[in-house]
Amino acid sequence: MHPAKSIMAFTSLSGLGFGLMAVIGLGYPDVAGWVAFVYGALALGLAGIGLLASLLHLGNPQRFLKAFTQWRTSWLSREAVLSVLTMALFALYIVLLLTDKRLILLGYIVSTLAALTVICTAMIYAQLRTIPRWNTWLTPILFLAYALAGGALLAGQIWASVFGTVVVLALQIAHWARGRAALARSGSNAGTATALGGLGTVRMLESPHTARNYVTSEMVNHLAATTAKKLKLVVIVLLVGQGLALATLPIGHVMAGGMVVLHLAAVLVARWLFFAESEHVVRLYYKD
Amino acid sequence: MDVTTLPKHSEKKLGLVIDLDTCVGCHACVISCKEWNTSQYGAPLSDQNPYGGDNGGTFLNRVHSYEIAKENAPSQVVHFPRSCLHCEDAPCVTVCPTGASYKRVEDGIVLVNEADCIGCGLCAWACPYGAREMDADAGVMKKCTLCVDRIYNENIPEIDRVPSCVRTCPAGARHFGDFADPQSNVSLLTAERNGAALMPELGTKPVNRYLPPRPRDQIDILAPLLDTEPSQAGGILGWVDRILERL
Repeated sequence: MHPAKSIMAFTSLSGLGFGLMAVIGLGYPDVAGWVAFVYGALALGLAGIGLLASLLHLGNPQRFLKAFTQWRTSWLSREAVLSVLTMALFALYIVLLLTDKRLILLGYIVSTLAALTVICTAMIYAQLRTIPRWNTWLTPILFLAYALAGGALLAGQIWASVFGTVVVLALQIAHWARGRAALARSGSNAGTATALGGLGTVRMLESPHTARNYVTSEMVNHLAATTAKKLKLVVIVLLVGQGLALATLPIGHVMAGGMVVLHLAAVLVARWLFFAESEHVVRLYYKD
Repeated sequence: MDVTTLPKHSEKKLGLVIDLDTCVGCHACVISCKEWNTSQYGAPLSDQNPYGGDNGGTFLNRVHSYEIAKENAPSQVVHFPRSCLHCEDAPCVTVCPTGASYKRVEDGIVLVNEADCIGCGLCAWACPYGAREMDADAGVMKKCTLCVDRIYNENIPEIDRVPSCVRTCPAGARHFGDFADPQSNVSLLTAERNGAALMPELGTKPVNRYLPPRPRDQIDILAPLLDTEPSQAGGILGWVDRILERL
């Protein structure tokens, strides 16, 4: 898949924002007054910027309200509904904190909804049987782990974040390892795509079009294996570096900012790879 | 309203049979499809920079050419038109967040209500067959409508009330009909020629069927006319031939 900037910004920034909401909802840190306001603004800002970025991906963004209607069947619609509901309840939770009222139950509800929102975001991708690499329960777990590790980091929960980073690293490596053979294992190939596989080995002789088209530029782009390998190494180095620094160095505000930058960089590179490496089955009509 | 739920059952199952034995790869279906659909249902099928270098455009039908390599037999070339298969379990419909994508209860045609389409592209991602193309100009998803504006159109002659691609195919490689009726032309063709579904392993239950190319004749029509073992020439010529072979 084409790694569109809008979708990368959407999944990574809203993931961080909802991750932060989930951690704050649990009462870590136990904030009040202006500190609560700053945390609240940060979480809502990240989630809001992410959601606004997702609008940039639309051909007709002025009709976005219609996307709230099909929650019975569509994960994208569920994500839209849940994200707005979570942000509204979280805003209420923060406003109550500003008036020194802490509703513990409301906090837990916000945390649950924030986690569900991240899972819905991931399910938009994980539901697609056309992309065997994404079509696994590991995808929503991985997205959730990234969100919670980042949320804990932003909330200043050092050991929770170190633990989260370790979990992210393990899940990310597992997702990559599983993904390598996912298309081959799916059973789809040029033979089943054309229903001609029983007659021999199928290979495209001539493309239907000499120029690009929507299908090829959106779904048939190819990522060189060596580039993918290098970028995976970059993600691992960033996550290990961030985890180690967090666990060993004294953390002030500036250092914490640095850690957040490292984390966000890791998320962005990993997300770019997630899309660029995805291998949609429609490529079978064009390659092999 | 809940239109992205698929109908449990549709009265008719309209679709196409594409005969890969007959298709000559002329792309006439591609052009007639573009011509009809750019001026009928919904937004036009736009072209980008059509006379420049980096050009592109929206089409609802594309014709690939494949080589089937075989062991101990010559390779075979098959022309392969690819368009929407109007799946019974269409993943493009259920993923749609706005209800713009829907499958009609009465005849099973999968359509896009462009007034509701936000152009998120998720339906195109969910389709294994590359059947949906986002129009770069209108920002809405375009797909085969099975010429819904022709097949029921009483303002055109009856002979024209089939999809544009079927009407135009000079080789007669495209057939339109109702797969729910076991006696229809498409059902009989599918049964007789082992019509196949594309990527059935993905569980989309496509309606359209592809007829595989018939086995090629293995008779070499020139064989009886060719003397494979040259007979030994006699006389002077034979003597010259033998001398020359020794050199």
